[in-house]
Amino acid sequence: MIIVKDLHKKFDKLHVLKGINQEVKKGEVVVVIGPSGSGKSTYLRCVNLLEQPTRGEIFIDGESLTQPKVNINKIRQKVGMVFQHFNLFPHLTIIDNITLAPMKLRGLSEKRATELAKHLLNKVGLIDKINNYPVQLSGGQKQRIAIARALAMEPEIMLFDEPTSALDPEMVKEVLSVMKDLALEGMTMLVVSHEMGFAKEVGDRILFMDDGLVVEEGTPEKIFNNPTHPRLKEFLSKVL
Amino acid sequence: MDFASMAKYTPLFVEGLKVTVQISFVAVLIGVVVGLVMALFRLSSIKILSWFANMYIQIIRGTPVLVQLYIIYYGTYPLFGFNIPPYIAAIITFGLNSSAYVAEIIRAGIQAVDYGQMEAGRSLGMPHGMVMRYIIIPQAIKNILPALGNEFVVLIKETSVVSIIGTADLVRQADIIKAATYSHFEPYIIIAIIYIILVIGLSSVMDRIERRLKQSDYR
Repeated sequence: MIIVKDLHKKFDKLHVLKGINQEVKKGEVVVVIGPSGSGKSTYLRCVNLLEQPTRGEIFIDGESLTQPKVNINKIRQKVGMVFQHFNLFPHLTIIDNITLAPMKLRGLSEKRATELAKHLLNKVGLIDKINNYPVQLSGGQKQRIAIARALAMEPEIMLFDEPTSALDPEMVKEVLSVMKDLALEGMTMLVVSHEMGFAKEVGDRILFMDDGLVVEEGTPEKIFNNPTHPRLKEFLSKVL
Repeated sequence: MDFASMAKYTPLFVEGLKVTVQISFVAVLIGVVVGLVMALFRLSSIKILSWFANMYIQIIRGTPVLVQLYIIYYGTYPLFGFNIPPYIAAIITFGLNSSAYVAEIIRAGIQAVDYGQMEAGRSLGMPHGMVMRYIIIPQAIKNILPALGNEFVVLIKETSVVSIIGTADLVRQADIIKAATYSHFEPYIIIAIIYIILVIGLSSVMDRIERRLKQSDYR
């Protein structure tokens, strides 16, 4: 579903990604962990071209993102993204936040889009907030809306960029539980997270990144119980 | 002081008020339209457009409006071989002058919208222009409006210099009444009051619009 070959990213002289080779299969949940500055978020953002790779190739569903004539808007419709800071549209109500893109891009009628939005709001447990504005919601609620908004495009892949890092501790759980439901439904997910519990429980595969490279990867069992790389051992000793 | 003797000049004040309001209003329209185009040019990734807009804004902001007025009023004959009426020169001058300031206000308003909004829109698959139209601009308007209202207030007052080229605005009418009555004080007090009423009226309209736009900021 996602194939990444020799992905490099430089910001001026800063070499953030130094050659990532990865594949994410359909229905797989991959959780990327690692210290800050290791390139996790940059990797994720390259997958929908929010960052332009300096070198390397990325394929989504067999389509290359790095060839010059790519229709990135079409591909992004298949790849939902959830941000650390939610990025809800503050001037729109919750329902409009969710229906805007499906109506403009997928040509859904207002009625169809509203039905879809209601279905998604039920799913994330926030149907009662349908006519509120984002400012009236807590952080956890905002992030659940952000997930619903991304799902409204009916994507094949969901990217999560530290979705719980900006939340108060008591709100982390409600967001993780929505993500877990999504994983159980078979959604293909690439998640950058510091939630080791979530990684262990929901992740099919864990990537440990350090200094722009995936230095160790494997099942949660292997990563958390039998880490081999010294940097991973050091990292785990600090976070667990 | 003799304000009673001013009463018979009411039609002149009214005429002057009309001209001042017309010049300001049309200049504002030109200012907003040209200003929006210049702001989008400045933010454009096409080098020549942003360079042009930058030059335009620098030149207009770097020269006094009175000099601009003279250049446009007296410059049309040597350049194009015909004269334009003072009234038209006044509208063009203030329209262009205002557009440079409006362009900067709009640019700043757009840039003040969190970049995450653009990324969120783009990540849903929306093209750049669509994100601008439905997500960035509506939020930018809230940043832009207060500064724009301020710009309009400044504009109304600044148009008083057009009397110099003989445009029959409020100041020009006061000059005429002064010459006719030898009253050097009363005509200017009266137009000062008219300006204040105009400005206060405009401010309250802007306040009302701002308040309506703030809807989504309330908890």
